[in-house]
Amino acid sequence: MRKKSSIGGKIFMALIFLFLYAPIFVLIVFSFNKAKSRTQWTGFTFDWYKELFSDSSIMNALYTTLAVSIIAALVATVVGTITAVGLSKMSRRWRSPLLTINNIPVMNAEIVTGVSLCLLFVFLGSFLKFNLGFGTLLIAHITFDIPYVILSVMPKIHQMDNNLMDAAQDLGCTWFQAFRKVMIPEIMPGIVNGMIIAFTMSIDDFVISYFTAGSRVETLSMRIYSMTRKQISPKINAISTLLFVSVLVLLVIINVRQSRQEAKAKELERKLVNK
Amino acid sequence: MRTKFLAVPYVVWMAIFVVAPIILVVIYAFTTADGSFTLGNFSNMLDYLSVFGRSFYLAFISTVICILIGYPIAYILSKQGARFQRAVIMLFMLPMWMNFLLRTYSWMSILENTGLLNRFLNFIGLPSISIINTQAAVVIGMVYNFLPFMILPIYSVIVKIDRSLIEAAQDLGGNSVAVFRRVLFPLSLPGIISGITMVFVPAVSTFVISQLLGGGKQMLLGDLIEMQFLGSAYNPHLGSAIALVMMIVVTIFMYIINKFGDGEEQAVML
Repeated sequence: MRKKSSIGGKIFMALIFLFLYAPIFVLIVFSFNKAKSRTQWTGFTFDWYKELFSDSSIMNALYTTLAVSIIAALVATVVGTITAVGLSKMSRRWRSPLLTINNIPVMNAEIVTGVSLCLLFVFLGSFLKFNLGFGTLLIAHITFDIPYVILSVMPKIHQMDNNLMDAAQDLGCTWFQAFRKVMIPEIMPGIVNGMIIAFTMSIDDFVISYFTAGSRVETLSMRIYSMTRKQISPKINAISTLLFVSVLVLLVIINVRQSRQEAKAKELERKLVNK
Repeated sequence: MRTKFLAVPYVVWMAIFVVAPIILVVIYAFTTADGSFTLGNFSNMLDYLSVFGRSFYLAFISTVICILIGYPIAYILSKQGARFQRAVIMLFMLPMWMNFLLRTYSWMSILENTGLLNRFLNFIGLPSISIINTQAAVVIGMVYNFLPFMILPIYSVIVKIDRSLIEAAQDLGGNSVAVFRRVLFPLSLPGIISGITMVFVPAVSTFVISQLLGGGKQMLLGDLIEMQFLGSAYNPHLGSAIALVMMIVVTIFMYIINKFGDGEEQAVML
């Protein structure tokens, strides 16, 4: 029944891609624009890319964003994986309500998570004498990252044969050795996937950061938001273009490698069959 | 070694950073600034009924448009070759890696009265259209930002549907409408439902899209809440009450949608 889709279907898909990529195209093109205007093309320049690296507010925002995303993703991956292992050994009676609570930050509107954490930090801050800043921003990111790691590690633990851990321990491993040498390699795809999702969520987050970072710390998204109130400098277009191109290159490499591996596997299969 | 105790640290973490903040929202919603109990925050909210109405209306319209575009796309895609599918899925995810504020801001350049769209229209001899700062612009922004979240879950369900079921339905004399209505649609419903959740919740609570593309003239629930916490109208008690009501309405809505989905699935099995 594998019928190639009609011309109409292809045109429809092309139009949707035009819709999805038009703003990105505009953004990239205007990072090379001479004037500051975002609709009037006045000539080609690399100036914004040069100026970008000497703009301390954008560079600081970039460092904050990268630092918070990397630390939060790493912490969330470790904590999330350990928690998923613990949860998988719990009885259903305990596990289901805990997983439901774990889902709250995923399901809830971002703004609700943001303002509720904001209330908590202000409340705790008045007792413990701290202000909103990098610390609260990081805690907020870890809090909304962990659920994604747990959700991506849990299925891998369930797919794993329970006897493997027991067998390793019967053969003389301590629990920790068995965990490190047997369980971790088995659930690795889930861990990596969880870490990538966590990092992506963190780096793209605006709403939760906005409510939890206070006024002295700024992520790139927050920098952009405060600029949208006046006018966005083409420098921001430039840095976004750089980030976008690096992700694009990374994805293409991963995709090409995957296709190559698949092609190799097929080749090998054919050789084996022919023998 | 009792493995299950490994979960204890995170359970404590959740109690502090997930459960306690929501309890605080509830407490704030029912108190005044000096800490005494009140229902005033909820009665004050009546002034903003139009904002509630507009938010749910625009989120609803956007969700419907996302289904109408996303479903055919997911379906067409599921019939292509494996490599093509993977490449296209990657292309759907890729825009998410560009900061979403900037992508939305970029729509301003396109939709403005002297923007790129109108220039293009004038260039080919058509009159200008005025979209920016209207509800249409906000809906475009919502559909643009959340469409991938509708396509991906529907696609991942459709691609797993056993093709022989559709062939069987056709062999048994079903025309394409009947096959879609009785077989394909019910089987892909779980994907549509998770797509609805992933589009509707962010759409109803956004404040960036309405500020940039609605020009502050299309105030949504998100704007209202943001104003109470960080904006001009500082009043976290009212803000908490609005957030609480929004959370409850959305939860009820999702519960109904999920029930509807369960019912359909059972109907298919019978």
